[in-house]
Amino acid sequence: MAGNMNITLKVWRQKNSKEKGYFETHLLKNISPDMSFLEMFDVLNEQLISEGKEPIAFDHDCREGICGMCSMYINGRPHGPNRGVTTCQLHMRSFKDGDTIVVEPWRAKAFPVIKDLVVDRSAFDRIMAAGGFISVNTGNAQDGNAIPISKEIADKAFAAATCIGCGACVAACKNASAMLFVAAKVTQLSLLPQGMPERKRRVENMVAQMDAEGFGACTNTGACSAECPKEISLATIATLNREYYLAKLTSENV
Amino acid sequence: MYTLDSKIPEGPLEQKWTKYRSTVPLVNPANKRNLEIIVVGSGLAGSSAAATLAELGYKVKVFCFQDSPRRAHSIAAQGGINAAKNYQNDGDSVYRLFYDTIKGGDYRAREANVYRLAEVSTQIIDQCVAQGVPFAREYGGMLSNRSFGGTQVQRTFYAAGQTGQQLLLGAYSALQRQVGMGNVKMYARHEMMDVVIIDGKCRGIIARDLVTGKLERHFGHAVLLCSGGYGNVFYLSTNAMGSNVSAIWKAYKKGAFFGNPCFTQIHPTCIPVSGDHQSKLTLMSESLRNDGRIWVPLKKDDNRHPNDIPEDERDYYLERRYPAFGNLVPRDVASRAAKERCDAGYGVGASKMAVYLDYSSAFERYGKIEANKRNLHNPDKETILNLGREVVKEKYGNLFDMYKQITGEDPYYVPMRIYPAVHYTMGGLWVDYNLMTTVPGLYALGEANFSDHGANRLGASALMQGLADGYFVIPYTIGAYLSTEIRTKPIPTDHPAFADAENNVSNHIQKLLNIKGTKSVDHFHKRLGKIMWDKCGMARNEQGLKWAIDEIKKLKEEFYRDLRVPGTANELNPELEKAGRVADFIELGELMCIDALHRNESCGGHFREEYQTPDGEALRDDENFMYVAAWQYNPDGNPILHKEPLIYENIKIAQRSYK
Ligand SMILES: Cc1cc2nc3c(=O)[nH]c(=O)nc-3n(C[C@H](O)[C@H](O)[C@H](O)COP(=O)(O)OP(=O)(O)OC[C@H]3O[C@@H](n4cnc5c(N)ncnc54)[C@H](O)[C@@H]3O)c2cc1C
Ligand code: SF4
Ligand code: FES
Repeated sequence: MAGNMNITLKVWRQKNSKEKGYFETHLLKNISPDMSFLEMFDVLNEQLISEGKEPIAFDHDCREGICGMCSMYINGRPHGPNRGVTTCQLHMRSFKDGDTIVVEPWRAKAFPVIKDLVVDRSAFDRIMAAGGFISVNTGNAQDGNAIPISKEIADKAFAAATCIGCGACVAACKNASAMLFVAAKVTQLSLLPQGMPERKRRVENMVAQMDAEGFGACTNTGACSAECPKEISLATIATLNREYYLAKLTSENV
Repeated sequence: MYTLDSKIPEGPLEQKWTKYRSTVPLVNPANKRNLEIIVVGSGLAGSSAAATLAELGYKVKVFCFQDSPRRAHSIAAQGGINAAKNYQNDGDSVYRLFYDTIKGGDYRAREANVYRLAEVSTQIIDQCVAQGVPFAREYGGMLSNRSFGGTQVQRTFYAAGQTGQQLLLGAYSALQRQVGMGNVKMYARHEMMDVVIIDGKCRGIIARDLVTGKLERHFGHAVLLCSGGYGNVFYLSTNAMGSNVSAIWKAYKKGAFFGNPCFTQIHPTCIPVSGDHQSKLTLMSESLRNDGRIWVPLKKDDNRHPNDIPEDERDYYLERRYPAFGNLVPRDVASRAAKERCDAGYGVGASKMAVYLDYSSAFERYGKIEANKRNLHNPDKETILNLGREVVKEKYGNLFDMYKQITGEDPYYVPMRIYPAVHYTMGGLWVDYNLMTTVPGLYALGEANFSDHGANRLGASALMQGLADGYFVIPYTIGAYLSTEIRTKPIPTDHPAFADAENNVSNHIQKLLNIKGTKSVDHFHKRLGKIMWDKCGMARNEQGLKWAIDEIKKLKEEFYRDLRVPGTANELNPELEKAGRVADFIELGELMCIDALHRNESCGGHFREEYQTPDGEALRDDENFMYVAAWQYNPDGNPILHKEPLIYENIKIAQRSYK
C-alpha cells in the first residue's frame, strides 16, 4: 500500500571508523504513514540498490522495541520525537508530508562509529562483565518462593530491569555519560535480597569500568531519562550515587 | 541403512533422568580446563549453556551475529515460562506438565525428553530467581502465575509482557560474569558460516567477523548450535529480522539430520499485515487470551464499528466451538479457527483478514473487583472501566502500548484486530537424548533442535526448553562424549579440513557477490515467503505442495542468476549477510515442502486439508505416521528419509480434544 508522504532525508554516511563522514540527501516519495521509520529505510535501501548504489547500514533486529539494537539520532533526538519508544517503533505518522528529517548515529567517544549509522556499543557489555550480575552458579539456588519479596520491591526492580541497553541515554547526554544505564542495573540488583552480598563490589566495579571506557561525568541534566525509550527513572541515578558513596565509605577495596 | 539411536536410558519414565544423570561419565576438573567448547548463539539456550559450562571449568567461546549477546531473539519473548511448581495448589505436577506437553504436541514428541523437561522446569525458576530475575509477585511476596493455552492450571511465571527479556538478561549476566573471569571468550558481530568435520567428528567452525569481513577458524572439542528458529523462511514472521536457519542448515549439509522440518507454529494473535512495506509481524502475547475474548460479527461483511455491534450479534467462536478450553485452546486450534472464520467472510478490518481480541469484559470484571477493594459504592460504568483499565495496564501495559504504536489505535478503547502469523518452528536438527545430532560432537539446543514440542508447542514452553537444555541438560549429557575426548589435543586450524571449509565459504561469498544481477535479496525473500505462506502455511495440500516445490526450484535458479549484492566481502555488509541467509532459506523451503508432502496426515500445526475430521479438526494417522521424520542431506538428489518411531508407554493416545 503506497502512501502519500514525501520526505527529505539527510543521512550520515561514513565508510568505516577511519574515514570521515558526511551527510547525504535523499528524496523519498509515496511513503505510507503506517510504515515504521526503519521500513522507510528499507524502502530507501531498495531504491539505492536498484540504482546500483550502496545501501545505508543501520543496526536493528527485533523491530519491536525490546532488543535495543536500533539506534538512530533523529532530528537531534535519540530514537526520534516520541517519548518512550525506540527507533523501530517510531512510525511515519509521527511526521508530516514534506518534512526534512536528519538522521545521525549515536555520538559518543565510547561508541565509535563502525559504518554509517552503526556504532560499537561493546563498552556496555564490558561494564556488565565487571559487575552486572549476582554470582550464583547453576544448581545453587533454593526454592523460588523461599525469600518472599514484596510486590512493591519486585515491581521497582522490574522497572529498572527493563533497560534495553540501547545507549540512547549516552547519545542524549551532552557529556556522553553512561550513568543511567549503570544505574538501572545497580538499582535492580540492590533492591533485591539476592543482590545484597555483592552490593558494594558491584557498584564499585561497574563504575570503575564505566570510567575506564571513557564515558563522561554526570551533571544531572536529566536528558538521559527524558530520551530513554524505557523511561528509566532519574531516581535510579540517585540510588546509584547513594550505593556508590556507601560502598566507598566502607569499602574493603582500598 | 543408518538406524537412528535416540539413546533413551532404560528404566521407568520417572527415574530415567535421575538415574542417567548420576551415571553419565564425568570429566575431571583438570581435564575440563583442556577441553574447548564452541557455542553458536547467545539466546536463552546458548547463554545458559555457555555460562554453566564455563562455571564447570570448560573453555568456552560464544558467537552471535548481533552487536551484543543480550540482543538474541529470546529477548522478545513476552508472555511467560512454564514450570510445574504447583504454587497455586491447582493440581499441577511434573506428570501433568508432561502430559499437557505431549498432548499439546499432538503425540509427536518423545516421552523421555518431555518428561525430563517437565522435571527440570522447577529448577529453572529457582535459578532465575537467584540471579535476580524480577518475576511478578503477589502482595504477600510470593511468585505470581497465569494461564496459557492448552492447559487448565496456572503454571506460567512472568515478568509483565517482557518475560523473555528478563530471563535472557539473567542468563546474559551469568554469561558476562564468566566473560569477566576469562572463562568465556565472546565473539559478537560474528556469524558462523560452516562447521568443520574431521574424521567424522565435529571439530570447529568457520566464522565471519561481520565488521571486517574476515573469515576465522575456530577449533572446539564440541560445537553447540543454539541458533534459534527459522520462521523467517516465511519472510513475514514474529521473529527478529536476523533470525535465520543458516547455522543448522550448514550442519545439515555436513551430515546432521533435520527433524520434522515442516512443523511450524502459526500463532493466533498477531497484529495483521498492513501493507507491502511490512518487514515483520508483531506478536500480541498468548497471555492476552487469559482475559481477552475473541470474536467476529455474526453477520458477514459487517462494517459497523466494533463498539457498535451489540453483544448478541457477536460470535465468540472459540467459546462456542470449544467450551471446555474456550479462548485458551492451543495455538494451532485457535489459528485455524480464525482462518476458518475469515475465509468464510466474517473477517474484520480493512483487509477482512482479522478478528477481534476484546478486553471490554475484562475491564469491567477487574474494575468491579477494584471498586470493591477501594470501597467505592455504586460507581458509574466509566469509573469501573477505568479502574479495570488500570489493572490490565499493570498486567499487559507494554503489549497494549506496542499495539497502539503500530496500529495507531488505542486498544483500551477499541478491540484489537489480530490474525495468525508464523511464530516458531518445532522442527530443527534431530538430536538424541544427549542433545547430540547425528554428527558426533555436534549438538543442538533450544529452538534449533527438533525439540520436545512435537507437532505443536504450548505457550510458555520454549523459554522453559531453552533454559532446560542450557542450564540443566547439556552440562550433564556432554560428559558422555567429552569424557572420551580427554586425550584429543586441540587440532591446529591449519589442518586441511579447516582450510577446505574456509575455502568453500569464501567461494560461496564470491559467488553471491559476482552474480551482479538486478534484484535485491529482499525481492527473493518476499517471493519465497509468499510461496511458503500460501502453500506450506496454515493449510497444506498435495497439489499445492508439489507446485511449491517446483516454484522454489525455479526461484533458486533465478536467485543465482539475477541477485544483486552491493558492496564487498571485506567490510560490514548487511546485504551480503542477508544474501547468505536467504540462499539457505530457499533450500530449506524446499525441504519443508517435501516433508509436509510426505506426511499424509494432519497433526498439530501441520494441517493437510485432505486429512480432517468432519468438524474440521486435525486427523492424525498414528498407524503410519507416529514417527519423527529425520531427513538426511543428499548432495546427489532428493533428501533421504529416516524414521524414529515414537513409542508411548506412559500415555494413552487419544484424539486431541479441547471441546
Ligand atoms: C515475539 C516472540 C514472543 C515469544 N514469547 C514466548 C513466550 O512468552 N514464552 C515462550 O516460552 N516462548 C516464547 N517465544 C519463543 C521463544 O522466545 C524462542 O523459541 C526462544 O527464545 C529461542 O531461544 P534460543 O536460545 O533457541 O534462540 P534465540 O534466542 O533466537 O538465539 C539465537 C542466537 O543464535 C545466534 N545465531 C543465529 N545464527 C547464527 C550464526 N549463523 N552465527 C552466529 N550466531 C548465530 C543469534 O545471534 C542469537 O544469539 C516467543 C518468540 C517470539 C518470536
Ligand atoms: S537506560 Fe534507557 S536509554 Fe539507557 S541504555 Fe537503558 S534503555 Fe537505553
Ligand atoms: S530493533 Fe530491537 S529495539 Fe529496535
